[in-house]
Amino acid sequence: MSKKKDFEPLIVGFLCNWCSYTGADLAGTARIKYPTSIKIVRVMCTGMVDPSYVVKAFKEGADGVLISGCHPGECHYVEGNVKTMRREPLLANLLEQLGIERERFKLMWASASEGEKFAKAVQEMTDILKPMGPLNLGGGKKIG
Amino acid sequence: MAKLKLAVYWGAACGGCDVSILDLHEKILKIGELADIVLWPLAADPKYSDIEAMEDKTIDLCLFNGAVRNSENLEIAELLRRKSKILVSLGSCACFGGIPGLGNLFNKKEIFNSVYLDREFNANEEQIVPKAKVTVPEGELTLPEFYNTVSSLEQVVDVDYFIPGCPPPPDLLWKAIEAIVSGNLPPKGSVIAGDKALCHECPRKREGRKVKEFKRLVDVILDEEICILEQGVVCNGPATRGGCGARCVRANIPCRGCFGPIEDALDQGTQLLSAIASTIDSDNPEEIKKITDQLADPAGTFYRFSLPVSMLKRRKEEGEE
Repeated sequence: MSKKKDFEPLIVGFLCNWCSYTGADLAGTARIKYPTSIKIVRVMCTGMVDPSYVVKAFKEGADGVLISGCHPGECHYVEGNVKTMRREPLLANLLEQLGIERERFKLMWASASEGEKFAKAVQEMTDILKPMGPLNLGGGKKIG
Repeated sequence: MAKLKLAVYWGAACGGCDVSILDLHEKILKIGELADIVLWPLAADPKYSDIEAMEDKTIDLCLFNGAVRNSENLEIAELLRRKSKILVSLGSCACFGGIPGLGNLFNKKEIFNSVYLDREFNANEEQIVPKAKVTVPEGELTLPEFYNTVSSLEQVVDVDYFIPGCPPPPDLLWKAIEAIVSGNLPPKGSVIAGDKALCHECPRKREGRKVKEFKRLVDVILDEEICILEQGVVCNGPATRGGCGARCVRANIPCRGCFGPIEDALDQGTQLLSAIASTIDSDNPEEIKKITDQLADPAGTFYRFSLPVSMLKRRKEEGEE
């Protein structure tokens, strides 16, 4: 049990350049405390986060993946975030079939002024993932 | 010219690839003229021991179909690799794991339970499941060991060429045989098929229509002219390698994805997922979820033939450390 208690999940965050990355930046400059579990990848738009990026993040050791972009209707590229919104439930269903629980994959919207909302979401996701323990994917035997 | 030596083998396969060789029709006689068949379990009767007795690299061409599901498949794959100059991965199962590869959504225990124990029509009161070894009064009996995970041929041995398809079209097969016989060999690792997505050779019209619901093929009569995706039925064309001549879509059936991922694509399933999601006609998260949930088996649909060569290869194993 102690192993689970000490476990610090690794979350890969794909944040869009225009809203959520700036929002995360605001969380930093405003000195809002949130877990260091998230490792942020800045992308130009959540619309470019191909489902294979998410799968690859899990394969290479992520315990959770968070995608965060502009609120619908506020996308810098008009509807890039809507494209992600259409993929999210389908990808979540696919991941569940492959043994990756629903809680490990999250899509949210946070504008440039919502540093607090972003920090809270990271805290929440970390709290959910902690008792679930590591995903431990991708190892296994080569043959057999 | 000395006659070539040809071997054909099946791993975890249905036999359809062997039949596609027979579908060369009268050209099969030409193969008989050009080559001696040293192994072909479906059509001839040589023994593994004959192959073992050969010197390495004696077989000129080996067509290996079927996935690697058990220890016999693996043993013979390794044996034939040693004995063959050119090893060709024939058909979707050998190339990508194919339909047997969908077993990677389950594990050995679940499959055995489902096949031998849980079925109502199975009279198996003694709860017998196959074991790799069993001791009887007369001695020890062995069976090949059933693996937890299906692999493609390339994941276990070095492969020279790939001919995908379920089954591979005879014209591609003949093209490959002609190239090999004439010594006009393509670069190692070539896939003998197209290199663009099936949509490039699909004769149907695209109008950019989006859909409000996904339908199953049994629930709809498809229009023969319009893109199948635009009619709300999942077609694997956007993420599947072409070169098959669009056989299925011409017969008014959606592409099943048997030619595997497109050249250099990372993963057929996630690529197809993107394409399918982009046809959804809604900006409302709840409605999108409702439309999405009509697809009962996304993993089985998007990775129908390619789960073992996908990024994750299989479902997460319980208790894997």
